[in-house]
Amino acid sequence: MSDVLVLVEHAQGEVKKVSLELLAMAAKVGTPIAVALGPGADATVAALGEHGAKKVFVDSSDVYANEIVVPAVSALTKLVSENSPSAVLIPSSGNGKEIAARLALACNSGVITDASDIAADGSITQNIFGGATIVTAKVTTGTPIITVRVNSIPPVAGGAAAEVVNFSVDHQPATTTVTNRVAVEKSGRPDLSEAEIVVSGGRGVSSEDGFKSVIEPLADALGAAVGASRAATDAGWYPHQFQVGQTGKTVSPQLYFANGISGAIQHRAGMQTSKTVVVVNKDPEAPIFDLADFGVVGDLNTVLPDLTARIKGRK
Amino acid sequence: GVNTLKICVCVKQVPDSWAEKKLSASDKTLDRAAADRVVNELDEYAVEEALKIVEAGGGEVTILSVGPAEAADSVRKAISMGATAGIHVVDDAIHGSDAVATSLVIAEALKDRGFDLIMFGSESTDARMSVVPAMVASRLGLPQMTFAKKVDISGNELTIQRVTDYGYDEVKSTLPAVVSVVEKINEPRYPSFKNIMAAKKAPMETFSLSDLGVAGSSVGLGAAWTKVDAFADRPAKAAGTKIEDDGSGAAKIEEFLVAQKFV
Ligand SMILES: Cc1cc2nc3c(=O)[nH]c(=O)nc-3n(C[C@H](O)[C@H](O)[C@H](O)COP(=O)(O)OP(=O)(O)OC[C@H]3O[C@@H](n4cnc5c(N)ncnc54)[C@H](O)[C@@H]3O)c2cc1C
Ligand SMILES: Nc1ncnc2c1ncn2[C@@H]1O[C@H](COP(=O)(O)O)[C@@H](O)[C@H]1O
Repeated sequence: MSDVLVLVEHAQGEVKKVSLELLAMAAKVGTPIAVALGPGADATVAALGEHGAKKVFVDSSDVYANEIVVPAVSALTKLVSENSPSAVLIPSSGNGKEIAARLALACNSGVITDASDIAADGSITQNIFGGATIVTAKVTTGTPIITVRVNSIPPVAGGAAAEVVNFSVDHQPATTTVTNRVAVEKSGRPDLSEAEIVVSGGRGVSSEDGFKSVIEPLADALGAAVGASRAATDAGWYPHQFQVGQTGKTVSPQLYFANGISGAIQHRAGMQTSKTVVVVNKDPEAPIFDLADFGVVGDLNTVLPDLTARIKGRK
Repeated sequence: GVNTLKICVCVKQVPDSWAEKKLSASDKTLDRAAADRVVNELDEYAVEEALKIVEAGGGEVTILSVGPAEAADSVRKAISMGATAGIHVVDDAIHGSDAVATSLVIAEALKDRGFDLIMFGSESTDARMSVVPAMVASRLGLPQMTFAKKVDISGNELTIQRVTDYGYDEVKSTLPAVVSVVEKINEPRYPSFKNIMAAKKAPMETFSLSDLGVAGSSVGLGAAWTKVDAFADRPAKAAGTKIEDDGSGAAKIEEFLVAQKFV
């Protein structure tokens, strides 16, 4: 079987779940070969092998942390030309899409973003218009460069140790310099894009305190991430990086729990591929009910605390 | 000011994001007739940021769009926010172009024109690829300063806050550079009556592909490096259960979550 390169997303060696999902996706169509770049890359090897990587190309150089996008493109360009893989899979984050964009030009190859599946014949399932339309497409020129959405396939564990190949790249002089890396405080909750369950709040939550006293406790009872509509982030009730929708995160959890959110098209664009949707909204006409598997017309301020207490009571 | 910056903002004409978007059954490209055409909302943030920059330090903002004849309206619409001039690249051969081809046309239209900053929205609301700015930066060999939620210019130095999954990166480069902005960066202004009138008379350059020296065969549906085989609407969800809360709402949700094995 032909090699499929997977660009690994990791934080100082801690592998992101999406990378393990991409290895499972790669295994459907070929032999998964991981590419781990930047400080901590060498620490990813065990997790990658365990999740199906047969080989891991490792370059732990600082250049990948000091300049944005371009060094990863140079590394992948080199690996594509030396290994002629049948495809390159990259996580569909903003950064991932930009790497894919430049790699496509460097390798004279077609690029497809936001894929949710790849079939053995190379045809790619893609969600467009925020998930409203499902497209099957193919890359017709060069090495298919495909960005894959998080939560598209479950990771598969039980692999053997991967072969490690250290490599290095002659980089062009940097044109951008990362001078500071600012992490928003960790909540201890699952990462929003990766979470199995997302509990979201909108304008109906009515205040910052509403998020703290109603939304977060329910999220914690369910082991969920917290999301928010733009109305809520614009109002300053919850930080912007938790916004779900067209101009926020795209999520595709097993369960999306929308509270006090009307379901504007731009919000749906970020969540309508969720497997199961539960809604609490006091307006029976709110369009979000169209997506609901289970909906309650009611006041979130009474329904949610009651629900939180019930879930906690079960444990 | 002493440093008068030349800024070009690239705007795309897209179907109104409030409308449902459709692909056309005949050639599987975006059905542009199916919805009202507007300036990609995210590009308005780039126009606003460009105007702020020149208002603070002097300079001029030009609007560029690649698209069908109607896209000229979007160029004027963007100019009416306060820009000076427009560039419209229009050619029948462009229909159906993918991002690779679009970025080629934009890069060819902009090269050698001495722009200090080339600005973009972070994504088009129809394609949603977020790839064109990176491709243009690559083609022009300029620093790629993308997904900015804050832009600062001091002399020849550019600093941005680049939105990341974990927060943001502070990134520096020199000018000229390619910048894309996210929607948290500012609040786009509404065009004033005076600027709407001025936009009608603003100078507009219109280029065909041959004016730019781009071969028709390198763009359009035929040249695309990807091909859509089929498409379908996401299957409508089977109607779910909807109940009125009579005090038992929480218990009913709990039952549902248990049945679905979420708790
Ligand atoms: C270019 C562009 C990009 C955008 N991107 C995004 C995006 O990424 N994400 C996003 O979310 N939006 C986005 N929007 C905004 C979007 O159009 C909506 O304005 C927004 O989603 C509305 O948020 P909301 O549903 O919380 O508020 P509203 O539409 O005001 O809805 C509030 C809901 O709460 C309900 N409610 C009120 N009180 C209670 C209560 N006590 N209990 C239960 N229910 C209650 C109401 O019945 C109502 O349905 C974008 C808009 C544009 C133009
Ligand atoms: N046809 C076009 N003409 C001008 N600018 C464009 C065009 N297509 C895309 N852009 C710019 O590129 C950005 C990203 O688009 P995309 O990669 O399609 O998500 C948009 O926000 C625009 O600024």
